[in-house]
Amino acid sequence: MNRHKGISRFYTGAVMAFLYLPIIVLIVFSFNKNKSRGAWTGFTFDWYVKLFSNEMILTAFMNTLLVALVSSIFATVIGTAAAIGINSMNRWMKKTIRTLTYIPIMSPEIIMGVSLMLLFVFLRTEMGLPLEMGLLTLILSHITFNIPYVIFNVLPKLRQMDKYAYDAALDLGCNPWQAFYKVVIPEIMPGITAGFLMAVTYSLDDFVISYFTAGPTSQTLPLAIWGQLRRRVSPEMNALSAIIFVIVLLILLAGNLSAIRRENRERRVVER
Amino acid sequence: MKAKFASVPYLLWMVIFTIVPMLLILLFAFTSPEGGFTIANISAVGRYTDVIMKSIWLAAIATAICLLLSYPFAYIISRRSARRQQVSLMLIMLPMWMSFLLRTFAWMTLLEKTGLINRILGVFGIGPFEMINTPGAVVLGMVYNYLPFMILPLHSVMMKIEDSIIEAAQDLGASPMRVFFRVVLPLSFPGVSSGITMVFVPAVSTFIISRMLGGGSNLLIGDLIDMQFLGNAYNPHLGSAISLVLMVIILLCMSIMNQFDDDVDMEGAIL
Repeated sequence: MNRHKGISRFYTGAVMAFLYLPIIVLIVFSFNKNKSRGAWTGFTFDWYVKLFSNEMILTAFMNTLLVALVSSIFATVIGTAAAIGINSMNRWMKKTIRTLTYIPIMSPEIIMGVSLMLLFVFLRTEMGLPLEMGLLTLILSHITFNIPYVIFNVLPKLRQMDKYAYDAALDLGCNPWQAFYKVVIPEIMPGITAGFLMAVTYSLDDFVISYFTAGPTSQTLPLAIWGQLRRRVSPEMNALSAIIFVIVLLILLAGNLSAIRRENRERRVVER
Repeated sequence: MKAKFASVPYLLWMVIFTIVPMLLILLFAFTSPEGGFTIANISAVGRYTDVIMKSIWLAAIATAICLLLSYPFAYIISRRSARRQQVSLMLIMLPMWMSFLLRTFAWMTLLEKTGLINRILGVFGIGPFEMINTPGAVVLGMVYNYLPFMILPLHSVMMKIEDSIIEAAQDLGASPMRVFFRVVLPLSFPGVSSGITMVFVPAVSTFIISRMLGGGSNLLIGDLIDMQFLGNAYNPHLGSAISLVLMVIILLCMSIMNQFDDDVDMEGAIL
């Protein structure tokens, strides 16, 4: 049994090493003086300084945040309303719409990207709408692929909700809007929040769909990274990836720590 | 109930931004630039049969490697305590939060001719090896980027296999092999099939991995589509026809996978 344990530890460790090795290498070499990777010639912060004076990357960063926030807010509102509607439909309608909602999640990103590109070109040239490729088309595309994540986070919460809670609120004298705000929304809030956060992360990280719908003038961070990588691989990219990794690590650690603290507090309450 | 109407904005949105675009691909694939009906685009895809076969082949190899690596991994994790499972899953997902492009770029720096691996091997007097710009590098990139997509669905079904079921089989005299083939494997099948789809679909349609790690000589379907829409070969009609072929390949893969299980919990797999 002990030998088994040793083997499984070694195996999981090896897979983890495979997942983390490239990231660690990137971070280490973000402090390397030498421009060509592979040879270590000394410690430096130069690439970080250069990164923060890179106008193009900073603009791209702001664009990314803007697109992610605006598209996630719209997706959350439309998606939550949609989930409430879907939840009250009959079985057949529910199933059809759920299947259609899977299309953006299951189809390859490149297909989503080119199909949206065709749509925007079509709307501009055939219908005369002022839809130049830019921030607007980016936001429209991001809303499209974000809505399903919100719907699939909110639907299970609606299903878990007590069917009669809404009716009870009406009986107790709420008007439909009050019943909705005071009973339904608080019940499904965890789903809405999870959906919103998921939409933000997918939007921040999206490259393929943005690549086809952004046009030449409005870049997001992933698009800027792609542009840099194509021209010449620069150590500034190492610095950028190190920063992103550390930020994500801190967010996850903070989330995990607060979860542990909450758990402990709950346990203490139960014990008391 | 009036609540149904709350979904109207979404339904409109879905029609305009999901269904109409898909129909546009269909329309473009079957029309010529002048506007008439034609099947010339579809038959022109025949010229790229070798690229299409190569994409399917490389994606299939990557999917198989992911499955072989992930299966024992997910099983080991699923036998740990709830708290440790959570930590392990977080460690699996952490790299996914870093830009996909930067992770692939990391492999570029490792595999290059003057990259780290060749330098380390050089110390021992081995190499340098030609690692980047090979089909092997493309497969490596796919395995690296999509491994979590296999581990997570596998773990979510294995988590539900209770120790008592495995112990019962052992008590009844089943050998470890028999326990695996008659109990663990059948119970984990829904995870296997959704993992296969979740790795194969992005792998067969990628153009980033092949561009960054495959050089110019390892074109995949995704590269062909990219070239028709944003590249020098601009021809959205041919691009749409290739996209249509890609969709057919993926639908085939999904329907084969659906044969094996009829109740994959998609919500669980995605979240």
